[in-house]
Amino acid sequence: MTATTRDTMTNSTATAASPEARTAAFYELEPHHHPEGASTMLGFWIYLMSDCLIFAMLFAAYGVLGGNFAAGPGPKDLFELPLIAVNTAMLLFSSITYGFAMLVMEKGKVRATQGWLLVTAVFGASFLAIELYEFSHLIHEGAGPWRSGFLTAFFSLVGTHGLHVTFGLIWLFTLVVQLSKKGLTPANQRRLQCLSLFWHFLDVIWIGVFTFVYLMGML
Amino acid sequence: MSDHSTPHAEDHHDDHGAGHGTMRDYVIGFLLSVILTAIPFWLVMTNAIADKATTAIVIMAFAIVQIVVHMIYFLHMNTKSNNGWTVMALIFTIIIVVIALSGSLWVMHHLNTNMMPMPHDMGQLP
Repeated sequence: MTATTRDTMTNSTATAASPEARTAAFYELEPHHHPEGASTMLGFWIYLMSDCLIFAMLFAAYGVLGGNFAAGPGPKDLFELPLIAVNTAMLLFSSITYGFAMLVMEKGKVRATQGWLLVTAVFGASFLAIELYEFSHLIHEGAGPWRSGFLTAFFSLVGTHGLHVTFGLIWLFTLVVQLSKKGLTPANQRRLQCLSLFWHFLDVIWIGVFTFVYLMGML
Repeated sequence: MSDHSTPHAEDHHDDHGAGHGTMRDYVIGFLLSVILTAIPFWLVMTNAIADKATTAIVIMAFAIVQIVVHMIYFLHMNTKSNNGWTVMALIFTIIIVVIALSGSLWVMHHLNTNMMPMPHDMGQLP
């Protein structure tokens, strides 16, 4: 807003109606200016916290239903810990390679950022592939989500996490294309930071999954 | 307007958004995560501790420590980002999660243990 428009605005409010002008003094007439995207990170963090609540409810459902096998197979018959260990490693590697992407992003290197993002995508896709293999294996054995309360809760919890990883990958590929079209603009840097939070957050949820579902199921 | 809002925007700029990590942060976080993941897997796969309840408590403790490590080294949590609102939102979420999880498990456990035994022959009921 230029100085002349501000002057005309104050003139018009002063001359129009003096009682209204007095009431308006309680409000901030000038629109409070925030730099673009200043509150994005806080807003995205609050979204992540609400996502955390979704996972908390799924964990609670698994905790309640996890023992209802309906005379079907239990965790010890179904889970293969070496596979889960490989899966966990994939997600951990993808976390640190995303960290490397953020580091080269701060130095302004577009190509290197895209490269590390694609490495992250490879690890994320391997995680998803292993998880889908596990799911198809379970369903093939007749241990699908319809088999028992335990399996329903298991597929809901782990499936929701896998769905989040899938959307994270779609977002990641979108940003790789965005970077090649527009470069490291402030908006793109903000988007990369949001995806960084999202990606590391999914790793945090996975810690809960492999501890409570897989490791404690095998005890 | 721009002339009076610019200094306001600049002095707020430093504490907006998440913090930035360094290479050292990511490497330390990664190494700690690998160790904190490998030990619980090793404990369960080799049955290193005979008592199952002890193993469960130990691997849960490792999970909590690893979550804190991720929060600090990967998510760059600190009490100053966004003037403390990030941490406030996190504390609020943790309180809700603890209430929901412990409440659900507690109530349903009591329901399971205190419920009247069901008659096996439902067909003979009037």
